[in-house]
Amino acid sequence: MTDATAAAAASTAPAPRKGSLLVQDARTRKRNAAESRFKAYGLAAIAVGVIALVILVTSILGNGTSAFRQSYIALNVELPEAKLDKSGTRDLEVMKKVTTLTYGPLLAKGLQDAVDSLGIEIEGLTKKDVSGLISQEAAAQLRDRVLADPALVGQTVQITVLASGRIDGYYKGRTTLASAELDSNVSPAQLKLADALKQKGLLTTRFNAAFLTAPDASDQRPEAAGLGVAILGSAYMMIVVLVLALPIGVAASIYLEEFAPKNRWTDLIEVNISNLAAVPSIVFGILGLAIFINFAGLRASAPIVGGLVLTLMTLPTIIISTRAALKSVPPSIRDAALGVGASKMQAVFHHVLPLAAPGILTGTIIGLAQALGETAPLLLIGMVAFVREYPAAYSATDGLFGEPSTALPVQVYNWTQRADPAFFERASGAIIVLLVFLLIMNAVAIILRRRFERRW
Amino acid sequence: MDDLRILERDVTTQSNKITARGVDVFYGEAHAIKSVDVDILDKTVTAFIGPSGCGKSTFLRCLNRMNDTIDICRVTGDIKLDGENIYDPKVDSVQLRAKVGMVFQKPNPFPKSIYDNVAYGPKIHGLTRNKAELDEVVETSLRKAAIWNEVKDRLNAPGTGLSGGQQQRLCIARAIATSPEVLLMDEPCSALDPIATAQVEELIDELRSQFSVVIVTHSMQQAARVSQRTAFFHLGSLVEYGETGQIFTAPKDPRTESYITGRIG
Ligand SMILES: Nc1ncnc2c1ncn2[C@@H]1O[C@H](COP(=O)(O)OP(=O)(O)OP(=O)(O)O)[C@@H](O)[C@H]1O
Ligand SMILES: [Mg+2]
Repeated sequence: MTDATAAAAASTAPAPRKGSLLVQDARTRKRNAAESRFKAYGLAAIAVGVIALVILVTSILGNGTSAFRQSYIALNVELPEAKLDKSGTRDLEVMKKVTTLTYGPLLAKGLQDAVDSLGIEIEGLTKKDVSGLISQEAAAQLRDRVLADPALVGQTVQITVLASGRIDGYYKGRTTLASAELDSNVSPAQLKLADALKQKGLLTTRFNAAFLTAPDASDQRPEAAGLGVAILGSAYMMIVVLVLALPIGVAASIYLEEFAPKNRWTDLIEVNISNLAAVPSIVFGILGLAIFINFAGLRASAPIVGGLVLTLMTLPTIIISTRAALKSVPPSIRDAALGVGASKMQAVFHHVLPLAAPGILTGTIIGLAQALGETAPLLLIGMVAFVREYPAAYSATDGLFGEPSTALPVQVYNWTQRADPAFFERASGAIIVLLVFLLIMNAVAIILRRRFERRW
Repeated sequence: MDDLRILERDVTTQSNKITARGVDVFYGEAHAIKSVDVDILDKTVTAFIGPSGCGKSTFLRCLNRMNDTIDICRVTGDIKLDGENIYDPKVDSVQLRAKVGMVFQKPNPFPKSIYDNVAYGPKIHGLTRNKAELDEVVETSLRKAAIWNEVKDRLNAPGTGLSGGQQQRLCIARAIATSPEVLLMDEPCSALDPIATAQVEELIDELRSQFSVVIVTHSMQQAARVSQRTAFFHLGSLVEYGETGQIFTAPKDPRTESYITGRIG
């Protein structure tokens, strides 16, 4: 700047401000007011969010925690040889011909005997009422036990069986004496009997591990329904998604971000990937149905199909977050590596990727969590089917993850569709399980992030 | 210009290490380097001086093809290292950069330990056969870069945890650990205190016995102290290039004269 221009600038410069620092001028007051208003809006927004979360969590916990408790009845059951093994040979093939229809009355008799011997007398209690206390599932349970150990035939065994859903509901507040009057499935006399049995210690309500391990059950026996198959199906799908989406997504992002020339084609691919991330998930379901089931001939309801569909759905999420993570690594690190004579690939794998790892991991886990909670595309590929058998990880006919299964969110949807209110409780319980899995995944993400995070 | 010891130092004529002819560099449309011809001598320190934005870093980055990493950057003309065109399609830029090392304007250590920072180059080029040799290379490099005493007790601490000046010396150690033939240094001392600067200058003088060193600097005193030859850039052109003593005492071009006397820049 020459002296002439400096002088000119000085003459036009505003006069220095005067006034006390202890008094705020109008402008400052206005600015401060705007700032405090903004802070108030922010706080209000957070409060709304927190309240919504609290309501959600309490309602789910309120409805669902009871699914983890279940009423059981302890019984002594006679197993007469005349009924269960007429031939007397204990030949399993012969004994398998005896159906649960034969076992049911044995249980009923066992309970009736207990009621008689304890001297419980309740007005209007019929034999049918007594047997109605026991879940329909119990006969199958007894049969399985006998088939597992044929030597039991001819003896009297002690067995703990599920109480029927309505009786269980009585101890969870779902059924009351008043509602039982109107209910054709349960009578007040049965509830009184249940109370009497509870007093004698025959009926107990305790933790229900079967909710996490048992397969789904039919409409008539909500008390037996569990999440076992759904959890396993979801786990298989997550394995498929992780094994496919992580390497494909990371490789694609590294190529696009670090190696691909920037031209019209890569721009087009980039736009497409962003758009794919916004495609409604049900569209991926239709795609999966058309390609994997109708065209490739994979089996409907199989975790492999679900996993492939969810992989397609998760890939854009992983690619976008991986690219963001790679972009956030300072270019000076790449320069440094290239400067000492590293190849581009060495620079990426030795220096850039480790720095991007936390971001990639977070993106992957967010993608997985999304996939874990996804329902719509799975409905289309038949994962909503009623599955009682555990799927195998590998089957000779259906290959890897090829046996029909269901998934956690689909199980939730499925149970909410059923008439018996006991299923509603189980659906809420399943949501709790789903949320716990999501929390665990997020915790893993945070831990891994902490471990990998480095300063630069 | 009170420090012109350069005049007393004998400048033996050396063979050309790098010859650049008609080099033009474009960033998109912008013409950053305009038809530059330079011969960089072997076993000599060459200083690039010039006002900010005149293209010193750009030209320096041409010499080891670091400009390849900038998409919009286009280099034309002819740059030969030992008579071989480094922009020849057959040349692998990785091999070139192992011969022509670089210290960047901003310190950029890897977010790894101090040891790993220095050991990385020798490792990927397979320069050492065992851990003992590697340790040796790391120690001598750190010693040469005048930082050994400060870090010898914490070689496993992260390199990014050092102060700015220490980081820059770490980067120098990293660059000389691969024993390049030419060392390009982009303002290596801009973040250093006078003592460390003196040490680095001593190092540069030492390096001269084996390598050819090109140093960009904003300090006239530094250019005069360490270099034998000086190139003055202005607005993308090479205005004047010659022996340092001549440039500082008897510049031929009026622009050079006004720059070194502090009138443009
Ligand atoms: N990556 C880039 N993209 C576009 N233009 C660039 C880029 N790098 C440098 N330039 C331009 O090229 C010209 C020369 O820049 P360069 O960095 O070589 O200057 P310099 O002489 O090193 O300056 P300084 O002394 O401030 O480091 C400048 O005008 C700059 O704006
Ligand atoms: Mg520069």
